[in-house]
Amino acid sequence: MTALVKKSPLITAGGVIALLVVLVALAAPLLAPYPPDAIHPEMALQPPSLHHLFGTDQVGRDVFSRVIYGARVSPLVALLVLLFACAAGIPLGVLAGYFGGAGDEVIMRVTDIFLAFPSLLLALAFAAVLPPSLTSLTIAITITWWPWYARLVRGQAASVAGRPYVEACRALGIPSWRILLRHVLPNSVTPVIVQVSLDFGGVILTASALSFLGLGAQDPTPDWGLMVAEGENYFTTQWWLVTFPGLAILVTALAFTLLGDGLRDVLDPRRVVLR
Amino acid sequence: MIRYVGRRVALALVVVAGVVILTFVIADVVPGDPAASWAGPHASAAQIARARQYLGLDQPLAVRIGEYFGGIVTGNWGISIHTHRPVLSDIATVAPATIELVIAALIIGVLVGIPLGLAAARWPGSLGDHAIRAGSVLGVSMPVFWLALILQLVFAQRLRLLPVAGQYDPNLVFSHPLVTRTQMPVLDSLISGNWAMLGSTLEHLILPALVVAAYPAGVIARMVRAQVLDTVGEAHVQMVRSLGFPERAVFGTFAMKLAWNPVATVLALVFAYSLVNTFLVESIFDWPGLGSYAAAAVSTLDTPAIVGVTLFVAIIYVACNLLVDLVQAALDPRIRLR
Repeated sequence: MTALVKKSPLITAGGVIALLVVLVALAAPLLAPYPPDAIHPEMALQPPSLHHLFGTDQVGRDVFSRVIYGARVSPLVALLVLLFACAAGIPLGVLAGYFGGAGDEVIMRVTDIFLAFPSLLLALAFAAVLPPSLTSLTIAITITWWPWYARLVRGQAASVAGRPYVEACRALGIPSWRILLRHVLPNSVTPVIVQVSLDFGGVILTASALSFLGLGAQDPTPDWGLMVAEGENYFTTQWWLVTFPGLAILVTALAFTLLGDGLRDVLDPRRVVLR
Repeated sequence: MIRYVGRRVALALVVVAGVVILTFVIADVVPGDPAASWAGPHASAAQIARARQYLGLDQPLAVRIGEYFGGIVTGNWGISIHTHRPVLSDIATVAPATIELVIAALIIGVLVGIPLGLAAARWPGSLGDHAIRAGSVLGVSMPVFWLALILQLVFAQRLRLLPVAGQYDPNLVFSHPLVTRTQMPVLDSLISGNWAMLGSTLEHLILPALVVAAYPAGVIARMVRAQVLDTVGEAHVQMVRSLGFPERAVFGTFAMKLAWNPVATVLALVFAYSLVNTFLVESIFDWPGLGSYAAAAVSTLDTPAIVGVTLFVAIIYVACNLLVDLVQAALDPRIRLR
């Protein structure tokens, strides 16, 4: 453990902060000094003080409490997006890679279309036409995200399918579903684990950006991106409204990216991925 | 070679067509009536019906998609619900400002990213290496809209070092009017020799370009570091080293040579990525580009404009990818064209 800390202080720092974010999300009601949506017009736009560490917003809500509860919004969206994207991408990728043929061709051409341009743009186009809510946001980002995993798993599954031990299974007459479940799938998912941890920060950034544009979380949800957008109008005089929620986005995305980087170095040292 | 290019272009066209169909189908399930918002809040039922007919919305979806495909080639990308102007001419007006911004950001990204990546690779494991790696992850994890607001507050509002927003000082319009040729203010003032205006446009470009540059700089620094570390171990670089070339040349010339290829790849991809990032930045800096146009289109549910912008960025993205493949093949003869 100490060896790891010494060798890669960045990864350790990322892991510790990521863990802290998770803990803050779980313990939000215990940590937040005020309810996140308690409105006190007489206390509006107070600068940071001992009573309100991060100040108060335009309707007198405690920014510190809202930032803490924010750990339950976009990180949860990210978790759901990655879960759904894996649930769609991994099976499709394994099937395409193992069986090949026309189905493989169709799935890969569909992913070509999705991967043909930046996921933020596609998510933006989807979110723009869906009614703005966290559900639409999750759907929009998931639609743009699953092809990456389908691609990744497909390549892996295709190479596993040709290995001698899989050939041997087939020769022994073991049914395909069993080979897929017991042999191909477990040997294809390692790069996905790495990618998911790397993508966590990316999804949080995308979700926050869409909420900032008004396409995701709606008031009074304490979402970090939405808080930045709401604070924009008061920003020149009330700097704390934008600064703290944005810092929360940055720190969370940074922590998970560092962690993912570290996992990649350990599990899969030669890949460089750009989204 | 010609066959390779032909196949790549054909695949790219299929991809763009897929994108159009996809956005069209989604735009069709939108709750909300574009014809009603075109006609305005006080329109009668007859006026809305006329608007629907005028916009072609009374046709079935398949027919509209077919007509749209015909229009893409002939330059008819539909009419914006919001501006009531042809979408393609709207895009032609706003895109140059964005392209100028993104190019400025990429120049900053290369000038910052390559030296930092090289420095990190030269002394791996050092304090500087850790700092540069942390910095590059910071650039990649940065919420750009937030960085834009913070830099604006610090450098424009508080320190008053740089202008808050806009493309140039509006007072200069009277003394040194800008002749618009390319719609890129820096380039325009440069080619017309309008030095006062050039200073003002550059001053206004700094903050937004820095914000957009955060991501490219981070990605390039990471890429160069990884690539150079990879190549330093290779036989021909060891050879150069054992011949007694100074370390500077070993890294800067020989190891970097092989890093150019991935850097070129990343540059093209980052170009398209940064185009989308401007969607979040332009409205903050009052930059009259594609991003501001897209943001307005999104907030007014202007579907023809949304589809048009998506199509435009998709075409650029696909073109960049194609360019990358061709440039790679030219830079590295070991890559076989299939």
